[in-house]
Amino acid sequence: MKRKKLGLIVNPIAGIGGRVGLKGSDGIEIQKKALELGAVPLSLDRTIEALEVLKPIKDDIELITYPSEMGEDATKKCSFDSMVIGSIVKGRTTAEDTKKAAKEMLHTNVDLILFAGGDGTARDVYDAIGGEMPVLGIPTGVKIQSAVFAINPKSAGELTVSYLRGECDVREAEVMDIDEEAVRRGIVVPKLYGYLKIPFQKRLVQGAKVPSSSGDKEAMEAIALEVTDRMKDDCLYIIGPGTTTRAILSKMGLNKTLIGVDVVFRGSLIGTDVNEKQLLELIKNHKAKMIVTPIGGQGYIFGRGNHQISAEVIKKVGRDNILVIATPEKIHSLGGRPILVDTGSREVDEMLKGYVRVITGYREEIVYKVSC
Amino acid sequence: MEDITKKRYANGKPKLKRFHQAKWDEPIIFELSTEGERGILPPEVEDEIKHMVGDVISHIPEKMRRKEPPKLPELAQPRVLRHYLRLSQETLGADLNIDVGQGTCTMKYSPKINEQLARMPQMTELHPLQPEETVQGILEIMYKFEQILKEISGLDKFSFQPGGGSQAIYTNASIIRAYHESRGEADKKTEIITTIFSHPSNAACARTAGFRVITIYPSEDGYPDIEALKAAVSEHTAGLMITNPEDTGIFNPKIEEFVKIVHEVGGLCAYDQANTNGILGITRAKEAGFDLCHFNLHKAFSAPHGCGGPAVGAVGATKELAEFLPIPVIEFDGDRYYLDYNRPKSIGKVRSWYGVAPVVLKAYAWVMSLGAEGLREVSEIAVLNNNYLLKKMLEIPGVSAPYAKGKRRVEQVRYSWEKLAKDTGVHSEDIGIRAADFGVHYWTSHHPWIVPEPCTLEPTESYSKTELDEYAEIIKHVANEAYTNPEIVKTAPHNSTIHRIDHAPLDDPSQWAITWRAYRRKVSKEHE
Repeated sequence: MKRKKLGLIVNPIAGIGGRVGLKGSDGIEIQKKALELGAVPLSLDRTIEALEVLKPIKDDIELITYPSEMGEDATKKCSFDSMVIGSIVKGRTTAEDTKKAAKEMLHTNVDLILFAGGDGTARDVYDAIGGEMPVLGIPTGVKIQSAVFAINPKSAGELTVSYLRGECDVREAEVMDIDEEAVRRGIVVPKLYGYLKIPFQKRLVQGAKVPSSSGDKEAMEAIALEVTDRMKDDCLYIIGPGTTTRAILSKMGLNKTLIGVDVVFRGSLIGTDVNEKQLLELIKNHKAKMIVTPIGGQGYIFGRGNHQISAEVIKKVGRDNILVIATPEKIHSLGGRPILVDTGSREVDEMLKGYVRVITGYREEIVYKVSC
Repeated sequence: MEDITKKRYANGKPKLKRFHQAKWDEPIIFELSTEGERGILPPEVEDEIKHMVGDVISHIPEKMRRKEPPKLPELAQPRVLRHYLRLSQETLGADLNIDVGQGTCTMKYSPKINEQLARMPQMTELHPLQPEETVQGILEIMYKFEQILKEISGLDKFSFQPGGGSQAIYTNASIIRAYHESRGEADKKTEIITTIFSHPSNAACARTAGFRVITIYPSEDGYPDIEALKAAVSEHTAGLMITNPEDTGIFNPKIEEFVKIVHEVGGLCAYDQANTNGILGITRAKEAGFDLCHFNLHKAFSAPHGCGGPAVGAVGATKELAEFLPIPVIEFDGDRYYLDYNRPKSIGKVRSWYGVAPVVLKAYAWVMSLGAEGLREVSEIAVLNNNYLLKKMLEIPGVSAPYAKGKRRVEQVRYSWEKLAKDTGVHSEDIGIRAADFGVHYWTSHHPWIVPEPCTLEPTESYSKTELDEYAEIIKHVANEAYTNPEIVKTAPHNSTIHRIDHAPLDDPSQWAITWRAYRRKVSKEHE
């Protein structure tokens, strides 16, 4: 194996608010309060758990990290040699430090950044480097709505090993976050912030008896072909956010607002990044269909990252005019849990409940349960 | 004198085998070639014969003659023999190990006497182009075996033409299409419904036959979700194509209702009976209401898997659908057996001829040696063996049998090592690879992995209690290693021919080479 560079960023205070019921750890005041309530940061232990898995390839990686609690401590505990860059004020790190660290690692040409934190940390990494290079989250935060995290620290380690060994593809995954201030006031408004590139292990080729499966990109193209085949001229199409829905517009030669809602009519965009009001206006006197895909790691098709498509919009469009699309991989990753809706309206949630035919490929569908 | 038994047995039970596979580092046969080397040097033909026969080559039409001899490897006979014996030592073949680890494949022991029958010159010297009156014997056997399958399934007519399970499923999909075409409804009847735990060929073959495929997920208890089926059926439903018991070893208790729901919207139901080894003589396609079915003669009926074929996927149909079966079918007029090609509604041919005759012969011989009661006993023992192994497996730390809690399974079980993977970081594939260090084979599952960290075991009726204990003991040993020394499992195999291989190139056509010629072409291109 060629020697690889791995970046490591630890958000030392991620997860500190959870154990003491604070629903997050954003903001210095909250962090102070959490510590007063006896919170213990989980980041260090969980990072070590992930690093332990890297030990067999220790000699093949050059670890680059940030000082003391932002990575150095963890590497020392596992007796990893690391190159420490940057500087911090010990015990007083902020979001800015995460951003700075991510940027510097981008410039040192690391092959992958492993970061430990929660949705807030993912957002900081996203703000700093966007989709410029692959990253992977070790889940240590309270809020994990984003799909850029491994299931647990151990699998973060495993995925890192196979990525560095060249056994993985890369795919885009959602960075989501909720406004913690609003949550503390009892309002949950999860937002889709953007997409980070993460390693993606197909694990789909095992033995001769197993058919080789196409990748994520091919699956999305197949879905796009199916959807465009079905499009009619008398109908406008509301296209929800996501990479799977983006593939449809790419196929039509159009540009999609990745984290917003676009509207298509007769092969052209008639609305980009529209809000609820604009949507209601557009569909007032027009037949409309809606194309949505589960957003984030938890399988929400409404109520996470696409609030523009409000309960009222859904009601107006009608259940039968909603096309749900998802790659087979996405459906399988739900592990049998239902697709979820949280539109804020009990009536609309009830209307959406039951079974939906999810388009998973060209002339392929899966009948799947929807719950609220 | 040393007590040799003590080395291999403890308390009357065999200890784990100190197995080590042969490793020859054997070249590809083309690499072994030496120009001019020969296996056999036939003597020159005598002048008198030469004179009488004349120029043999001239009997072959000019354009069919090779310009140059084929580029075959040139080797002496003993080198050929050594080469293939060495390769055979580098496999974990069905005759070599306690082969219960390849679930869904029904790796039973196939009696060698049936192989001998199929290798008799009376069989091997037949040609499918021979006149019917000269092949009455094999036609009779095929006809009689059809009568047996009719009894086992309750359906009315069979074809042996498909060369394997997937081709049989494709045949059934084609029959469904032909049926709707014959009623002028092909444009409306466009959808085939299947379940995610059915063999994936059901979805794949339906797609190949031109249908849209709707897949149903199981309900929380692992049974096919009848509410999902109700949501899936419509006027567009052409048919239902499912396996039962599914690959989880769970029998769908509502199978009759499933069939009814699909019939009510005008669809046909095709029963993939690849997993039939636990239900022979116990339940039939007919009683569940199916219109079509197929059996893999190379699974439950003991004609061994032929490494990708040729095998037989016997397709059965009801009276109403028999006219669509592939041509020809074998008929008997009370006096002689003959091939009937005059079937205008037939879907035509899905393969040459009328079925791989030696495979049918082996299956026929196997069933005849058992009789009707023996056949039922096969299933009863297969189910008993499976549930015994299930009990032994569940005593091992880290493993579970998801779904249908407290219920037994039919002929196989899809286990999950989810807990072990979480506890130790050792995955199901690792366990399988480590098991090979003890001389046994083990398989995970088809994709997608709905059951996390899956493994599928199917002991069949062929193995004794001692052998099942030995297999379970190996798996238990590996699971214990995962908890105490995970590295040894993760870095396995230690005693095998080759180490772990990277599967990623299987997804990349530019890295495949199925023939030596293709390999050389690709290599030379790389070096250009």
